[in-house]
Amino acid sequence: MNSTTRARPIKVVLAKPGLDGHDQGAKVVARALMAAGMEVIYTGLRQTPEAIAQIAREEDVDVIALSSMAGSHLGFCRRLKPLLEEAGLDDRLWVIGGNLPRQDHEALRALGFKGIFPTGARLDDITAFIQRNSR
Amino acid sequence: MNDRLRPDGNPVINESGIPIQPLYTEADVAASGGNAMLGRPGEYPFTRGIHPLMYRKQPWTMRQYTGFGNAADTNARFKYLIANGQTGLNVAFDLPTQCGLDSDDPLADGEVGRVGMAIDTLRDFEIAFEGIDLDRITVSLTINGAAAILIAMYLAMAERRGFAVKGLRGTAQNDILKEFIGRGTWVFPVEPSLKLVGDTIEYCATHAPKYSPVSVCGYHIRESGANPAQEMAYAFCIASAYADEVLRRGVPIDEFAGRLSFNFNIFGNLFEQVAKFRAGRALWAQIVHDRYGAQKPGSMWMRMIAGGGGSGLTLEQPELNIVRGAYYALISALSGAQTMALCCYDEAYTIPSEHAQRISLRTMQLLIEEMGLCDTVDPLGGSYYVETLTNQMRGEMERIIADVDARGGIVGLIASGSIQAQVSAQAYQRQLDIDAGRLRKVGVNCYRVDEDDPQVEFHPYNEADAMTQVARLAEVRRRRDASAVARTLDDVRRSAAGGANTMPAIVAAVKAYASVGEITAALTGVFGRYREPVRFEE
Repeated sequence: MNSTTRARPIKVVLAKPGLDGHDQGAKVVARALMAAGMEVIYTGLRQTPEAIAQIAREEDVDVIALSSMAGSHLGFCRRLKPLLEEAGLDDRLWVIGGNLPRQDHEALRALGFKGIFPTGARLDDITAFIQRNSR
Repeated sequence: MNDRLRPDGNPVINESGIPIQPLYTEADVAASGGNAMLGRPGEYPFTRGIHPLMYRKQPWTMRQYTGFGNAADTNARFKYLIANGQTGLNVAFDLPTQCGLDSDDPLADGEVGRVGMAIDTLRDFEIAFEGIDLDRITVSLTINGAAAILIAMYLAMAERRGFAVKGLRGTAQNDILKEFIGRGTWVFPVEPSLKLVGDTIEYCATHAPKYSPVSVCGYHIRESGANPAQEMAYAFCIASAYADEVLRRGVPIDEFAGRLSFNFNIFGNLFEQVAKFRAGRALWAQIVHDRYGAQKPGSMWMRMIAGGGGSGLTLEQPELNIVRGAYYALISALSGAQTMALCCYDEAYTIPSEHAQRISLRTMQLLIEEMGLCDTVDPLGGSYYVETLTNQMRGEMERIIADVDARGGIVGLIASGSIQAQVSAQAYQRQLDIDAGRLRKVGVNCYRVDEDDPQVEFHPYNEADAMTQVARLAEVRRRRDASAVARTLDDVRRSAAGGANTMPAIVAAVKAYASVGEITAALTGVFGRYREPVRFEE
C-alpha cells in the first residue's frame, strides 16, 4: 500500500536481538523512521526471538526490524523465522541492519529478510525502502 | 568575507561548540584565562602531564584489546602480542560473560566466545593467563556488569599463581554507569550497580592497593553521540559518583582516588582532542583537590587510556583506518596518555586478525622509535591555539558539570534515561550531517571508490570452541566441592542482602569454582535486574 493512501502510519517494531549492547545505530534509525512519520516500538536491548515475535504479534506491526552488531545475526534469524511464521507475520516486511558481512546477505534473504542494511547505509534509503515495501 | 567563515560560508565551530579562529595570538590566550591553570608537568593542576618527565622516563603502555573463543585461544593470542613487543594486555570477554551468564545458559546460545573470550569459572582464568608474568605484564579487564566477579577471579588466579596481590597492578573497566548510556552490558539496577562499584573500590583499597578497580569511560558516551566536552564532563560526573559512594563508607579520598583511571575516545578534530585531554587533567585535579580535599598528588592524576575511536573508522576503504589509527596514536601521544589501544583497520568487519593487531602495535612503536614523540613533554604546550582551546574546553566542561549538578546529578539523569536521550538525539543529527555531506567522512560521503569486497580476513566463529567451553564448565561442576559452592553462594546472597561489602564473599565463591552465572544469579536474587528506560525525549 502506498503511504499516502494508508489509514494509519506504518508501524515498526525495532528490536535489539540477543546480548549485543550496541544500540546507537538502532536508536538513530528509530529516530529516522519516526521523523518519516512511522510509529516505532523500540524494544531496548537483550530481546529473545520469542519476545520479538510476541511484541510483533500483539502490536500487529507492519515491519519487523532488527539491529545486530555483534555477529550472531544468522543464528538468531534462523530461530526467529519460524516464530514469526507461527504468529502469522510472514506477510509483514522483515528488515535487518548492522554489522552484516556481505557473504551473509544471501542467507538472510533466504530466511525472509527483504531489506538488508549493513553499516554505512543511508537513513533515507532505509526509510524509503520501508515505505515502498511495507504492506 | 568574514574570516571566521569557511570558504563555503559556514562558520568554523568545533564539535564541542567552540568557534575556531583563523589565527591565535597571545591576546587570545590571555582573553581565555591566560596560563593560570598551566603549571609544569608533574605539578598541580597537571595540564601538561601527570609526570615531570612523561615518556622520557617510560613510553606509554601498549595494550591492544584482545580476546575470542575460549581461554586457550586467547592465551595464544596474548603470547603472540607480547612476543611482538606489547607491554600490557586488554582482555575482551564474550557477551555471556559480560552479562553474567554461563556458557550453557539458553540466552548464551550462539554468543559463546564470539566477541571475546568465554569465562565461566576460575579454571578458565587459570588457562587464559598461563605462562604470563603478571608482575611484568599488567592486565586490563574490559568487564562491567559482572566486574565484581571477574576482579575477584583475577585476584584469586594471581594469588594461586604465587603473585603478591598487595603489589599486583592492573585495571578493570568496571564503569557501570556509562554502560547504561552506551555499550549495554548492565545486569543489576542502577543503585545496586553503583554499590557494587563501591564494593570493589573499597575492597581493593585494602587488599590490592596497587590495582585500579575502575576505568571511567568517556569513550562509550562519545560513541553514543556525546561531543568531546560532554564526553569528558560526563565521565567526571560519573567518577565523582563513584568517589561519593566510597567516601560515604568512610574511606578517605587519598586511599582510593589514586587508583581511579579513565578511558577516553580520540576520533575527531586533532586540536580539539589534545585540548580536551589537557583541560581534563586540570579539571579532574581541581575536582579531587577542591571538592574532595585530596592531599596526595597521585589522587589528583587523571591517568588515562586513549587511542581508540571506533566511530571515526569506516567500513569503506578499510585500509584508510590504518592511517586514521596512526593519527589517533599521534593525538594520544601529544596528549600525554598513559596507555594506548588502537582500533584495528579491520574492526568494522571482524575481530582483528593477528596481522591487523601487529600493524596497530607497530604504529605505536613507530611513534616511539622513529618519530621522537617520547623526547619532550607536552610538545604542543605554549601554542597560542592549543592553550586558548584548552582554557575554552575546560570552561565548557565546567559548564556541563554545573548543568548536570543543577539537574539533580548524573545518577538520576542516567536512571531516567535523560542522558541517553540527549546523546542519541545528537548521534541522529550527526548521521543526518554525514548523510547530507555536511560532516565529511573520507570514503563515505566524499572520495568514494567502487569497491568490491575489501580484502579483510574474517575471524572464523567456531561452534566447536563453544562446545569445548560448555564441556569444561560441566567438568568443573562435576569436580568441585558442591557443598563449598552452595555455602559460598549463600554467603554472597547474605552479604548482598545485609548491605555488607560483597567482595569477600564473592572472592570465596570464586575460589570454590562457583561460576559467573551462579554468582550473578545469587546477586540478582537480592538486587533484581535492570530495566532499561526507553525514551527519545530528553
